[in-house]
Amino acid sequence: MADGAEDFRKMQHALDVPCLKPGSMEGLKPFVAKPEHQEKVGFPGELLPDWKEKALAKMEELGEKNRAFQVYLDTCVKCGACTDKCHYFLGTGDPKNMPVARQDLLRSVYRRYFTFAGKYFPWLVGARDLTEEVLDEWYSYYHQCSECRRCSVFCPYGIDTAEITMAAREIMDSVGMGQKYSNEIIGKVKEVGNNLGLNPKALRATLEDLEEDIEDETGVSVRIPLDEKGADILLITPSADFFAEPHIDGLLGYAKVFHEAGVSWTISSYASEAANFGLFIGSYENMREISLRIRKAAEDLGVKRIVFGECGHAWRVAYSFLNTLAGPFDFLDQNYPIPQHILEFTWNEIQQGNLKFDKSQNDHIRLTYHDSCNVARASRMGDMPGGQFEIPRNVIKAVCNNYFDMDPDTIKESTLCCGGGGGLLTDDLMDLRIKGSSPRMTALQDVTEEHGVTHMAAICAICKTQFSKVMPKFGYDMDSIVSVHQLVSNAIILTGQDDEDDADTGPEEETSNE
Amino acid sequence: MLGTIYAILFYIATVILVAGLVMRIRRYARTPAPLKIPTTPAPTTGWGVFWRMVREVLFFQSLYKSNKWIWLFGWMMHMSLWLILARHMRYFIFESYWWIEAVQFAGTYASFTFLIGLGGLLFRRFAVERIRYITSPSDVLMLLLLIGIGASGAMMRFVTHADIVAVKSFILGLSRFHIGYLPADPVLMAHLGMVITLMIIFPISKLMHAPGVFFSPTRNQVDNPREKRHLAPWAAELEK
Repeated sequence: MADGAEDFRKMQHALDVPCLKPGSMEGLKPFVAKPEHQEKVGFPGELLPDWKEKALAKMEELGEKNRAFQVYLDTCVKCGACTDKCHYFLGTGDPKNMPVARQDLLRSVYRRYFTFAGKYFPWLVGARDLTEEVLDEWYSYYHQCSECRRCSVFCPYGIDTAEITMAAREIMDSVGMGQKYSNEIIGKVKEVGNNLGLNPKALRATLEDLEEDIEDETGVSVRIPLDEKGADILLITPSADFFAEPHIDGLLGYAKVFHEAGVSWTISSYASEAANFGLFIGSYENMREISLRIRKAAEDLGVKRIVFGECGHAWRVAYSFLNTLAGPFDFLDQNYPIPQHILEFTWNEIQQGNLKFDKSQNDHIRLTYHDSCNVARASRMGDMPGGQFEIPRNVIKAVCNNYFDMDPDTIKESTLCCGGGGGLLTDDLMDLRIKGSSPRMTALQDVTEEHGVTHMAAICAICKTQFSKVMPKFGYDMDSIVSVHQLVSNAIILTGQDDEDDADTGPEEETSNE
Repeated sequence: MLGTIYAILFYIATVILVAGLVMRIRRYARTPAPLKIPTTPAPTTGWGVFWRMVREVLFFQSLYKSNKWIWLFGWMMHMSLWLILARHMRYFIFESYWWIEAVQFAGTYASFTFLIGLGGLLFRRFAVERIRYITSPSDVLMLLLLIGIGASGAMMRFVTHADIVAVKSFILGLSRFHIGYLPADPVLMAHLGMVITLMIIFPISKLMHAPGVFFSPTRNQVDNPREKRHLAPWAAELEK
């Protein structure tokens, strides 16, 4: 059991509760940010000499600025409802990965310094001093939470561990102990415009290559415009869509949908990133700064609408926060949701009968769908609550014949995290990522056994990257994870397409709306 | 003499309870929620949020989704507590209204379901490894305190039969700042002593979950961020 290599494959059921293995993940820490990464994001370069006082002051400040943080520190009754809900706990058995225990790492310090009981009777309420060991423990376990909010669904008070994790990371950042992966990336967005540090020239070349690919494949010239002033729609998509698999195939899907819908659209090189890692580190200021780039791009290009590509946390920031952080968007066309999700766009076009599909193009696939955590529990699509579950499935069913849901306790609002979200998609946390994905992988294996499912679709850049890395460990090919718009791209029949004649003789299907 | 001691303790406890609650609740109410963070799917209207809150507070909807045992014991204990509190209104109100009469029977037997619920929760604290891990001494003591209150109360009702007429006149007297006679019944003294303790620790303990739940942004926010701009006062400062 010790080295974990085979550990994670022995789950009988996706939600099986492990025996406690105290301390089993305590050594695991992602790389600490270097001074140059820290300073670009506005934090001290290294651990401050008076870090303890600074940390406590920050904690007090957050208690005054964020109601969730204050209320959640006070209201937990330790009922235990959340204890078996975290995928990292299910995958590792480390009790400090139980949501309540993770919160208590910080709550114990809060109680010691800010509550009557903790000041005078620390032993009674589990309060403890803030020491270097405690700080190390924070660094370790607050980087074993993907901020997926599964625990918040099940808490009788709605306590959201993500809020505590974000606060803890913000406190650590403010005393000079940031995480390299997230902070380095935020620095790149601010400098270059995307997480990759891909400059406008390279981006243009990439997009031109993709245009050629589409033309070679279909014989139709489909444009992927960059920085085109006066376009109607600004597409903000995760930069992984420009270079990673299966993300790129999703981007091709968006391009084809826009093409068939006959709208003018553009990508911006200035805001060539949907991802907003400011969320992961709980930094309102950084999140706002990155969001304002999108506003500026929309103003400079003179667009009327903003549409977001497939990205989970980005959609949370876009749907739930963009209006707050960078609004109001008076200058955009108020007849459309601001911002709109690409799936909302595509589903509208399908409902209006503007898109034609040959569903048989996806017949080599038996598909299931992974609800990405931030889309499922922190956002919405469409007009009705739960649209974020229905619209992706509706689109999938319009383009794909063989679809099967996973165990109902592991999808929709109860969906399991991919294991790599929340700033953990870094190689130095690979052990955690594999173990954390095991509940989801087990649920997938179940539908493979039962229905012969071969592929899983997702609408999040992090999910896609994470799954393409971990799925091989569970007996799947790395291309078993697909973008939803990749399926759209496979099935869509472009007007004037080379093989349209063939398709006409085949089982072409009009899209139905059920 | 006994009446005076308990009267003073009751006044102190009441001041601590009320002042503590007001201070805490004021803090929750004044602290802004900078972002829209309802756990979705969430209601898109204020009325929808109202119903979501009703389902949480009356039926413990989220807890039900999570764990049927905790839900069963927790719900039983809390609903019994409401019945018991309603039944106790007869000690605070001189007239005997129909609703106080109506709840007497159920309120009497609610003491059993109250104790069963608490017993179940206490059992789980020791029996379930995960819950044992997260339990602090105060979590156990809190349950024992409530069990003590429930058990002493049930004992006076079913075994020792306290002089409730005297108790009623004592408590009604307190509400007019008149200190009356309190029978020197050891079970009654224990019962009232534990209630006073509970009142004092309420605002400084996890019992704050009771008002806290109403301020939980994941439960009380309307899911309408695209339609309506949400902005905290301190965040508005950043825009200047």
